[in-house]
This record gives sequence, structure tokens and C-alpha cells, in this order.
Amino acid sequence: MKPSLSQNLTGYAFISPFVFGFLAFTFIPILASLYLSFTDYDLLSTPSWVGIDNYVEMFTNDPKYWKSIEVTFLYVFLGVPLRLAFALAVAMLLNTTSRAIGVYRTLFYLPSIIGGSVAVSIMWRNLFGDDGVVNSWLVFLGIPSVSWFGDPDAALSMLISLSVWQFGSSMLIFLAGLKGIPVALYEAADVDGANPFQRFFKITMPMLTPVILFNMIMQTIGAFMTFVPAYIISKGEGGPMDGTLLYSLYLFRQGFVFFNMGYASAMAWVMLVIIGIFTAILFMSSKFWVHYETKGGK
Amino acid sequence: MKTKLTRKWMYHLVAAAGAFLMLYPVLWLVMSSFKPSTDIFVTAESLIPDPWIWSNYADGWQGIGDFTFATFIKNSLIIVIISTIGSTFSSALVAFGFARLKFKGRGFWFIVMMFTLMLPNDVVLVPQYILFAKLGWLNSMYPIIVPSFFGHPFFIFLIIQFIRTIPGELDEAAVMDGCGKFKLFVRIIMPLVTPAMATAAIFSFYWRWEDLLGPLLYLNKPSLYTVSMALKMFLDNESLSNWGAMFAMSVVSLIPVILIFFLFQRYIVEGISTSGLK
Repeated sequence: MKPSLSQNLTGYAFISPFVFGFLAFTFIPILASLYLSFTDYDLLSTPSWVGIDNYVEMFTNDPKYWKSIEVTFLYVFLGVPLRLAFALAVAMLLNTTSRAIGVYRTLFYLPSIIGGSVAVSIMWRNLFGDDGVVNSWLVFLGIPSVSWFGDPDAALSMLISLSVWQFGSSMLIFLAGLKGIPVALYEAADVDGANPFQRFFKITMPMLTPVILFNMIMQTIGAFMTFVPAYIISKGEGGPMDGTLLYSLYLFRQGFVFFNMGYASAMAWVMLVIIGIFTAILFMSSKFWVHYETKGGK
Repeated sequence: MKTKLTRKWMYHLVAAAGAFLMLYPVLWLVMSSFKPSTDIFVTAESLIPDPWIWSNYADGWQGIGDFTFATFIKNSLIIVIISTIGSTFSSALVAFGFARLKFKGRGFWFIVMMFTLMLPNDVVLVPQYILFAKLGWLNSMYPIIVPSFFGHPFFIFLIIQFIRTIPGELDEAAVMDGCGKFKLFVRIIMPLVTPAMATAAIFSFYWRWEDLLGPLLYLNKPSLYTVSMALKMFLDNESLSNWGAMFAMSVVSLIPVILIFFLFQRYIVEGISTSGLK
């Protein structure tokens, strides 16, 4: 049955805030961003068309750009799997019926809720200072202390550890997933004499794959866009030696520190393509490893 | 029987140790805010301040230039409260349209909505900045507040999921009684989706309160600074090495977040489990 005119009008009346907001703040800006990416624009003079110069410059003549790609890929491909591994391990630890679970769940999740704040980034910066707690512990354990702000790789591991520390939301989604696995499956496995490893790899992992896929996509997109910790920890510069120059931070610097709006727009478009490719790969690979229950379950 | 008890104790030992490790950095921050600035890194490995110092809080509260932290907290609250109300109600309205109304193009707009949900914000950053600059909105709260009145894709999705659990007979009965769609939404559906709206409101609060990029781009005079911006300014003045004051204000900035977390954690947990927020 086709909706009547008045039904159509009512429908659009309700979704009009989204439609208007999408056009004004997303769709038109996306087109504008694409246009600007082919221009030289400093915000004061009019944009001047330069064709694909920004893209050429980016790929062939800007070592900082490649450095930011390298740093971001390291951040994403080390950080996201570690984060999910911790999330799953803790979710399994907390997947019992003890009354204290609520308390533990709260405590493990708390870092994630405050994690995006400037305060936490400042805290992290100081934990890793030359005289900070982390170094005190290293010395206590007989390991030489590390100059976290002097060595680019060490500085990046600061950012990665901060992201891993905030595994809480993935943990909660895993917990919900674990609760959804029918107990009967484990009981059947017990009857067959399965050991804990077999239970994990034959039941838990396959049953969780849809949740793992979801977490991977959301966390990967989020990780690609990380800005605040890199900005705060490196005081806006991405140092030392560009070791914490995450893509979003470099984009911000190009756009709003050096006022290369065209270059920043080109960077944004490449980022969109990169994220699109990774999301597509994850989705397409899912048919080889994601297990969906056939009987309409979700 | 004994082994069962031992295992139980082992379990709690492992879980509690893990939880302590997770919370250690926060404890360190809180405890450091009570240490004299000169001691913070000398005694970094010990948690307990000796002696306890309260003046860090008074020092930090002095803020930057002529503005105390009261100004920054007020600014943050203005932004957070208005945009939270805006995004929660507009998202509920849109969600109702998607979940309950039949109209041409609904499927299309739903896909568009799901697409925006995954769109990296960086792509629209520069044009939005130019747009707000052209509107003369730089150095005002408008660029941060106004867009929240047009629905937030995550919250729309969350509320749609929730509306779908409400039986459709309810709508039919209401329409039979001569109830219009808007009245149906306000009188029947909205009261039933308050848990989902509460979840959206809580997350909106967090994201706004913690937001740095928005203030960094649009608020460039100290009278408009939010708490996040003020902390960032503290860090820039680090040469003064008044660490204690900076830590004290960091703690202050976390208090509302942690308070809301403990008050509403049931909603938060449900919201994440159903939609993957955050």
C-alpha cells in the first residue's frame, strides 16, 4: 500500500531535523570539502583552483604526511587488536554469576567513560614523565627508565597504552554477546568431554564473531579519528620527531595552524577513502569468518 | 568443597587486582592533587600524600587571567545542557518518524542516517568551520550548540532500537481514539522511551563535557573557555610548574562525569550493549 500525501508529509515533518541537519552540516560540507581539496585556500583570499596538486604534494613531496600515515596505522593496527583482546579477556572473566560482578564491571568500565577528557590525557602525560610513575616502576623492577618524550616509538606506545586502557565499551558489548550464547551448547560440549580450549575455540569464539566484527569496525573507525590524546600529550605538535603525529592531528595542524584549508580537505578525503576501504575489507572478509546463526537469531 | 572456595577466592583476587590496576592512574591523579607541587614527581611511586595539601584546589580555581574556574564550568554547563536537550529531543522525534511512520523515501533516509553514523568527522571539519566563519559565529557557542538540534545519528539509532520493542497495537489503539501522530509521539511513545532518551542524554553530556576540538576551533577568548580548554591552557603554561593546581582542576573536571556514571550506570551499560555507543 502506497503511503498517502499526508502520510508522506507527516513522515518528513518528523525526520525533518535530521534531513535539514544532514544537508546543512554533512552533505553540502562533504561536497565543499571535495571542491576545496582541489584548491589552495587560506581562508582570507578566494580559493584558487590547483587541480590535483594537493594530492600530488601529499603523496610525493611531504614526508610528514607519510609519517602521519605510518604513526596512525601503527596506532590502529596495534591498538585496536590489543584493546579487543583485553576487552574479551575481561568480559570472559566477568561472565559469571557472582554478585560482585556489577562492581567489577563498573570499575573496569570507568576508565572508558572518562577516557576522552583532557584531564585523562594530562594524567597519562605525567604518568609517563621522566620522573613519572611508569619510570619509577621500571626502575623498581630493575629495568632502565625510558625517555617517553624523547623517543618517537616510546611516545607512540604511550598513546597506544592509553587507548588499550579504555577497552570498557567493547568489553560491555562482548559481555552482552557472551550472555547470549545458549548454555545448552556448553553443556553438550561438557558431555562430549571438551576441554576449556575446545570450549573457547569451538563455541565461544564462533558465537561471538558477529560481535567481534561489530567491535572491530567501530573501534577501527574511532581509532583512525583519534585526536585529543595526541594533541594533549604532544602539546599540539605531534612530537617528538612526529612520533605522535596522528592523521587527525596533522590534518588539524594543516588546516587550523598553517591555514592550508585545501590541503587539509584533501587529507580528509584520503582519510575517508582509507576508512571506507578498511570497513569494506572487514565486511567482505566477514563471510569467511563471521558465524551467523541460521535460525533467524541475532 | 575446599577447592571450590579457594577458586572463588582466587577469582576475586584476580578480578580485584585487575580492577585496581585499571583505576590506579585515576587514584594517582587524585592523590597527586593533594601533594605539594614540588613533591609530585619526587614521590610519584607512593599514592598517599604526605603532608596533605588542600591549597592546590584554591590555586587552580584562580584559573587563567581574569577568569576563575567558575566561568569555565559555567560555560561548559551552558553548552552541555542546551545541546543535550537539543540532541535528545530532536533525535527522539526523528527516531519516531523512522520507526513508526510510513512514507516515501524512508528506506533511503535511513541508509543515509546509518552512513553518517560512520562518517569521519574530519571530512566535514574544514567546510563547517568556513560555514560558521561566514555566518559570523566564530567566538560564540553557536557552532557547538546549534548542530545538536538536528538529531544525532547514534542517538536516533539507539532510540529506534528501543521504539521497536514497543508493541504497535498501542499506536493503533491511540489512533483509533482519534490521536494524531504528534500527540501519539508526545503522549504515548516519548514517556515509554525515556530510558533510551536518558541514555542518549548521558552520552551527550559526556561527549560535550569532554569535547576539546569544538572549543579549540570556535572559542578563542578566555571568557568563553570550557573546562577542557582551560585545562589545555594550564598545560600550555606548564613552565610555571604548578602541577598540583593542574591536577586539582583535572580532578574537578572529572567529578561531574564520575558522579553521573555512578548515578546512571544501569542506563549506560544497557545503552552500550544495545548500540555500541562510545
